[in-house]
Amino acid sequence: MSENTINITLRVWRQPNGHTPGKLVSYPVKDVSTDMSFLEMLDLLNEELTVKGEEPVAFDHDCREGICGMCGVVINGTPHGRGSSPVPTTTCQLHMRMFHDGDVITVEPWRARPFPVIKDLVVNRSAFDKIIQAGGFISVNTGAAPEAHAAPVPKLKADRAFDAATCIGCGACVAACPNHSGMLFTAAKITHLAMLPQGQPERHLRIKKMIGVHDALDFGGCTNIGECAAVCPKAIPLDVISQLNRDLISSLFTRDGK
Amino acid sequence: MAVTGLFLIFFLLFHMYGNLKMFLGQEVYDEYAHWLKVDAFVPIFPHGGFIWVFRAIVLAALALHIWSAITLWLRANKATESRYAVTTRLEQTYSSRMMRWGGVILAGFLLWHLYQFTLAPTNESPYAAVSEAFSQWYFVALYALWLIAVCMHVRHGFWSAFTTLGANTSAKAKLVLDGLAWIVAIAIYFGFILMPVAVLLGWIG
Ligand code: FES
Repeated sequence: MSENTINITLRVWRQPNGHTPGKLVSYPVKDVSTDMSFLEMLDLLNEELTVKGEEPVAFDHDCREGICGMCGVVINGTPHGRGSSPVPTTTCQLHMRMFHDGDVITVEPWRARPFPVIKDLVVNRSAFDKIIQAGGFISVNTGAAPEAHAAPVPKLKADRAFDAATCIGCGACVAACPNHSGMLFTAAKITHLAMLPQGQPERHLRIKKMIGVHDALDFGGCTNIGECAAVCPKAIPLDVISQLNRDLISSLFTRDGK
Repeated sequence: MAVTGLFLIFFLLFHMYGNLKMFLGQEVYDEYAHWLKVDAFVPIFPHGGFIWVFRAIVLAALALHIWSAITLWLRANKATESRYAVTTRLEQTYSSRMMRWGGVILAGFLLWHLYQFTLAPTNESPYAAVSEAFSQWYFVALYALWLIAVCMHVRHGFWSAFTTLGANTSAKAKLVLDGLAWIVAIAIYFGFILMPVAVLLGWIG
């Protein structure tokens, strides 16, 4: 593959910590290979900043292969920055060939009250952990793995559960939502367990607790706009939210909350 | 939000049915209006009783709808700590974006609409009052504009209400709901604008 290089200008959100207000700072970045990922390009910028004795830009990342959900910044107004491309992506899997020479690229952190900025582009996403914790346990016997045929799951349900389970918890849905609702994330978790026999015993209790914590953490309410599903790197469909609503409605009519 | 919204759409459709009776002439229309306001279900309700019960239900639905909308709006504001310097929306439709401010505009127009035809009608006969209003072109134009706002609100609202109630279960269900929402919105538009245009053009009235 022939290697092209481009020169770009980054406008990056710099914020020393959660208490100090931040601002956008422009940095020219030269000779960026179009084969680089977006994060590699940020590495390049950070190397230059370090050499100059400036503070490097803090950003989250881990696997860099689109499966862990650690990375995530808003690029030109779109979480993970897929822009006009139809292919859903994480920031680490976004490549510089998506950009052109001379582009000015704005990079901002997720902005939502439940995700406070820690530094620069790094936000605290423990609110998601709290929603997961609220979901609690599922009743399965411990010990050796059960015989696979003991609990048959219809193919369609297994597929739906699997699709929902691909959520990597990156938080792009909250970042993109005009209401900053955490509904797509919560609904993905709910749907994942609701489709499987293992999720049934606590199904109704789980949804009430998870929604309770979701609301208590000051996430907004869902108004079915669809931005969340559009930026989801795993293409979790909007219909999981209808599944959540179904389960929530039926949980209101169960006496023991189960 | 969803339940009251759907009820209000149902009310709109019924209102539209009543309006279309204008085409059947003054006698039928005035009789229908009189029946609604005075004679409806008389042995069960006292004279003029039903309309007040009905008005109370519609107003309650409207109040609950507005209350839910304000709650959601406040929650969204609370969840927004700071705004993005750049925002690029991929999916959001203009209707869905305008649900809140559009709703405020609709409410404003609604007050004027109630004043014009219910609180201070220009004529004893509803048929004559409606004919007088819509023989002025600017009223028809204003209503045509207002209806666009109504139908945009209904378009997103219809699909969104069913999604909230759990009907959007697959990609196919989404297509069906979206299609239905468009059909209802367009039906409401034409169902409502037909009569004022007919009055303006002198076909009726
Ligand atoms: S770094 Fe793991 S998903 Fe991007």
